[in-house]
Amino acid sequence: MSPIIQGIITIIIGVGGCVGYFYFANLFLDKVLFPARGENAGRNINRANMIRPWVFLFPAMFALGLYLMYPVVGSFFRSLYDRSGDEFVGLGNYARLFNNPDFRQAFFNNILWALFVPAGATFLGLVIAQLTDRLRWGNIAKSLVFMPMAISFVGASLIWRFVYAQDGDIGIINAIRFYFGAEEGIDPLQIPFWNNFLLMIILIWIQTGFAMVILSAALRGIPEETIEAAIIDGANPFQVFFKIKVPQIMGTIVVVWTTITILVLKVFDIVYTMTGGNFGTEILPSFMMDFMFRDDGQATAVAFVIMLVVLPVMIWNIAQARKEMR
Amino acid sequence: MANLKLTDVEKTYGGTVQVLRDINLDIEQGELIVFVGPSGCGKSTLLRMIAGLEKITGGELVIDDMVVNDVPPSERGIAMVFQSYALYPHMTVRDNMAFALKIAGDSKEEIDRKVEAAAAKLQLENFLDRLPKALSGGQRQRVAIGRSIVRDPKVYLFDEPLSNLDASLRVATRIQIAQLKEEMPESTMIYVTHDQVEAMTLASRIVVLAGGGVAQVGSPLTLYEKPNSTFVAKFIGSPAMNLMRGKIVGTGATTTLEMEQGGGTITSNYPSTDADMGAEVEVGIRPEDMVEATGSDFAYHGTVEITEALGEVTLLYFQRANAEDDPVIGKLAGIHKGLRGNDVKLTASADKVHVFHNGISLLYRDKEVFLPGVQPH
Ligand SMILES: Nc1ncnc2c1ncn2[C@@H]1O[C@H](COP(=O)(O)OP(=O)(O)O)[C@@H](O)[C@H]1O
Ligand SMILES: [Mg+2]
Repeated sequence: MSPIIQGIITIIIGVGGCVGYFYFANLFLDKVLFPARGENAGRNINRANMIRPWVFLFPAMFALGLYLMYPVVGSFFRSLYDRSGDEFVGLGNYARLFNNPDFRQAFFNNILWALFVPAGATFLGLVIAQLTDRLRWGNIAKSLVFMPMAISFVGASLIWRFVYAQDGDIGIINAIRFYFGAEEGIDPLQIPFWNNFLLMIILIWIQTGFAMVILSAALRGIPEETIEAAIIDGANPFQVFFKIKVPQIMGTIVVVWTTITILVLKVFDIVYTMTGGNFGTEILPSFMMDFMFRDDGQATAVAFVIMLVVLPVMIWNIAQARKEMR
Repeated sequence: MANLKLTDVEKTYGGTVQVLRDINLDIEQGELIVFVGPSGCGKSTLLRMIAGLEKITGGELVIDDMVVNDVPPSERGIAMVFQSYALYPHMTVRDNMAFALKIAGDSKEEIDRKVEAAAAKLQLENFLDRLPKALSGGQRQRVAIGRSIVRDPKVYLFDEPLSNLDASLRVATRIQIAQLKEEMPESTMIYVTHDQVEAMTLASRIVVLAGGGVAQVGSPLTLYEKPNSTFVAKFIGSPAMNLMRGKIVGTGATTTLEMEQGGGTITSNYPSTDADMGAEVEVGIRPEDMVEATGSDFAYHGTVEITEALGEVTLLYFQRANAEDDPVIGKLAGIHKGLRGNDVKLTASADKVHVFHNGISLLYRDKEVFLPGVQPH
């Protein structure tokens, strides 16, 4: 069977199965379980309506439970056992982590990432969204800024390896240095501390498009009259932007910011591809990758630390997003 | 505290779409000018051009003897109240009102003093620390007005400020605006509305805009009593003035008219000349000026199709022979029962009969009259 037909059949079975589930479950509830007939018709209708939401929600809850809750709980228990998984070590894995200078380095670097990437991407996204708002070629500019979103993290990293290349004929940083008279090329990715920021730039480059698209829509949602009123009140363009526009889309800015923060705490590809975590660029996700399959006890402990760090950001994010929707 | 002068002002969008042309207006300090006109005739556009939010594509706008075509809004000495209130949603009432003053760099005490004074004037003292979303529509609009007052502008601009309010609030806020105007007799106000009652009650002069130009400018009662064209005649007053075809059969200080429908004869106080003899004209009589004819002269004769008894008045509707014409409406004072289906003759006293030739009132024949080329409603 050709893969195309296979794919089509899969789609039909999948979509048909979903539709079928809701249709027949509903039918079963109304006709068989609690039929709206006989002496208890009224009571049956009420009962059916009470159960219906749960019937409809069941597949989603089941799938989420199986693929989300179980791994979380499972990981937590795994992190309490040693590398082979045989011996219970309590919080031993966590103690070892916090005594490990590499982990502390990764933790510190990750804090830098979680601060600068969301800030950079949100700020640039907002500025670009505002600057391109009224331009005739604004949409073209926006498409260009958005395009990196479509590139995988590994692909993006490969592109930036050229930018950071030691060879002045390839890497723009060394090309500029040579232009100003430098004799020898350097590897920017080996400059301690600052190489972290060179890696962050890649993720900022990717995520700015996301921030821009969301914030651009938010900016357009601002009532035009409030801006005109501010202009009549004497506000200059900067004051209009910072005192009228930005406060009105603060909720959206927070959602964008936290969404990117959550992403930052998951992305290991860039570090993995660019430096392999060397030269002091390790972050938690790539640190976890180092242990994976060799010491799952430690790896799951890192995973759990990441989850604990993400959790508050996530809760805030969801709370903000819900407030926005209201 | 300013006078405005508009000279040949026009507005063209994108070089081709002409929305307004030949707007000439002289507005004295202390006037309350109301722009009325059908929806889409350019009232907001004209107001926004005065505000500086819309570029003036032709002509000249002078405020206080200074050409302000290229002066930014904040330096024109104007303040504007929008239909949608346009309050800053993230600022409290106090901050909304203080915003312009803060930008202007006033001192903290100065700002507080002005804001509290405005709040007292508009009964907003108890809401100063609330956000706009915690206010009712009427309160929001008062905040918007307060935001204008604190700046002490030379000219107040209102763009349909009451349209988003429900009927009873609209009346209350309208009266408040009238009182406000009384308290500030030397400030100039320009008020846009499509609501006749607002126009008639507030205006010192009304500007009827239509078809991209000024149809007539005058005091509310001038427009009501001496409309210069059939357009203004039908636009001002509700229900609209009845227009009926007729012929001039007697000229002089008063004009005698023979009505086409029903063949009655009626006299108008409009003067005419010998040359008018035999001219086909339109005769206008407001529904409220119609009375049942007792003598031999009458303006209209027909069968009552529908009656509407409102208690204080009774409306009579007459279908016309030509179904495309608006029905003739009579508005008789008091209660009249059992008129439906009857033959009724209507007439009006000579001072209530308006005569139009080619759409222009006989009273304005030697003046330049702009005919919008569209019909109201
Ligand atoms: N940006 C624009 N481009 C072209 N036409 C416009 C634009 N803005 C408004 N118009 C037109 O100008 C006319 C007057 O609009 P407006 O002043 O809002 O009318 P209103 O009297 O109802 O306030 C309308 O016919 C509208 O279609
Ligand atoms: Mg308008």
